[in-house]
Amino acid sequence: MWDWGTFLHYIHSPYLLTGAAISLAISIGAMAVGIALGTVAALMRMSHRSWVRQPASLYVWLFRGTPVLVQLIIIYTGLPQIGISLGVVASALVGLGMNEGAYLAEIIRAGVASVPKGQFEAARAIGMTWPKTMRVVVFPQAARIILPPLGNSFNGLMKTSSLASVISMEELLRRAELLVQVKFKVLELFCVAALYYLVLTTLWGFIQQWLETRASRSVSSQSSGGPSRSASIALDKAALSRDAS
Amino acid sequence: MMRPESTQMPVSQPSPRPVSRPVVIEARGIEKSFGTLRVLRGVDLTVHRGEVVVIIGPSGSGKSTFLRTLNYLDAPNAGRVYINGAPFGFAMRGGKAEALTDSALSMQRRQIGMVFQQFNLFGHMSALDNVRCGPMQVLGRKPAAAMADASKLLALVGLSDKEASYPAELSGGQQQRVAIARALAMEPSAMLFDEPTSALDPEMVGEVLSVMLNLAAKGMTMVIVTHEIQFARKAADRILFMEDGLIVEEGRPAEMVDSPKHERTRRFLNMVIGAA
Repeated sequence: MWDWGTFLHYIHSPYLLTGAAISLAISIGAMAVGIALGTVAALMRMSHRSWVRQPASLYVWLFRGTPVLVQLIIIYTGLPQIGISLGVVASALVGLGMNEGAYLAEIIRAGVASVPKGQFEAARAIGMTWPKTMRVVVFPQAARIILPPLGNSFNGLMKTSSLASVISMEELLRRAELLVQVKFKVLELFCVAALYYLVLTTLWGFIQQWLETRASRSVSSQSSGGPSRSASIALDKAALSRDAS
Repeated sequence: MMRPESTQMPVSQPSPRPVSRPVVIEARGIEKSFGTLRVLRGVDLTVHRGEVVVIIGPSGSGKSTFLRTLNYLDAPNAGRVYINGAPFGFAMRGGKAEALTDSALSMQRRQIGMVFQQFNLFGHMSALDNVRCGPMQVLGRKPAAAMADASKLLALVGLSDKEASYPAELSGGQQQRVAIARALAMEPSAMLFDEPTSALDPEMVGEVLSVMLNLAAKGMTMVIVTHEIQFARKAADRILFMEDGLIVEEGRPAEMVDSPKHERTRRFLNMVIGAA
């Protein structure tokens, strides 16, 4: 029997809302770890030297080839056996982040590869070092290629973060489970949890759309030259002066 | 094709340069291979301050590659480059030449400006930002000062009204002029031009060449790879003809264009000028 009263009661439960906030936080944290690892792995895989390329390929192969659930369990319950004890939050961040990084590595590599070789050469020719070339010239132009799949990846990550419940990370799903054990309202409580996930991914959808419009504007404005151009010029200038200081 | 005055030129001295002027670029025995393909087979070049050297030759002769070895965009497999008398791209340690680190090489590259066939303007930056990007990012100039300098350079190439335009909004000729301003912004000792007009529609070639003539008149040291023979004749102090990774012949513009000594140079020039 479906109980609307329970459903509506828990829909604004601070306990579950906090759980959703924790899910969001762990997703953002894992995304940050993933972007950092993915960027490093992507750049390593583009190297001419095989001893630089190989470890990155191994990493991507390993983490894309095994379930993230298994990775989380190994990190949290397996690694202490060899003396590496990570807390719940750290395990979740490392597990989800490393898995995410393996997927992002491919996305970032494709984005960087989409920037014409002449852009690298022009930057090198005016005396930019390799890191500066990447930061000032290549990544800003790769961003508009990277952003859409990166956004989809974050959408996926918010849902995948529920797997951290198995290592007793008290995020949204885990909190719903804990409530179920006390209240026995299985369907209502899990539906509340599902609804929260839906709200998170929907809100992200809007943010992603806004980000993508903005990124493509600063480039497509080059051909259309609409009213948005002055805004993107101002942004570019702000970025330039920040880099210089 | 043959002009009477050219026959009066001394044929025995291909390149009578005033030796008093300091040497800016010196390349010795440059060799470069891509895989098994030997693109450069020992090329020498000495460029004095204020000199304009034009390199001509058929496609695949190695002229662009040679230009790119001069600022180490392509590191030579053998041979040495010296800029203003200092080793470029390598350092001598215990009598042995060692390749430089990325950051040391980047420091050296500032001295040499380069203009590419495909312009290669940074697509996400306005014309003004393209020009001031180098001074700000590489030389650490303040944004305001760099902006003022960039404005002046864009005025110099006749594009004051295009400061806020993005590369995709500019014609090829305009893009190439911004690219020249971008290279000039680094205040280089010399400028390299890699077929700067080859990607342009015919009606835009003139505007780029006139900017280059202007630079030459101002005393900029330039090495130019081009197929524009008439421009070479007008702007060059010296023309080099390259084929099969070697310099076949070099000389003053008039004598090179009007009465080349070498059969291969003659054949090439007939082809290029005949086609124009």
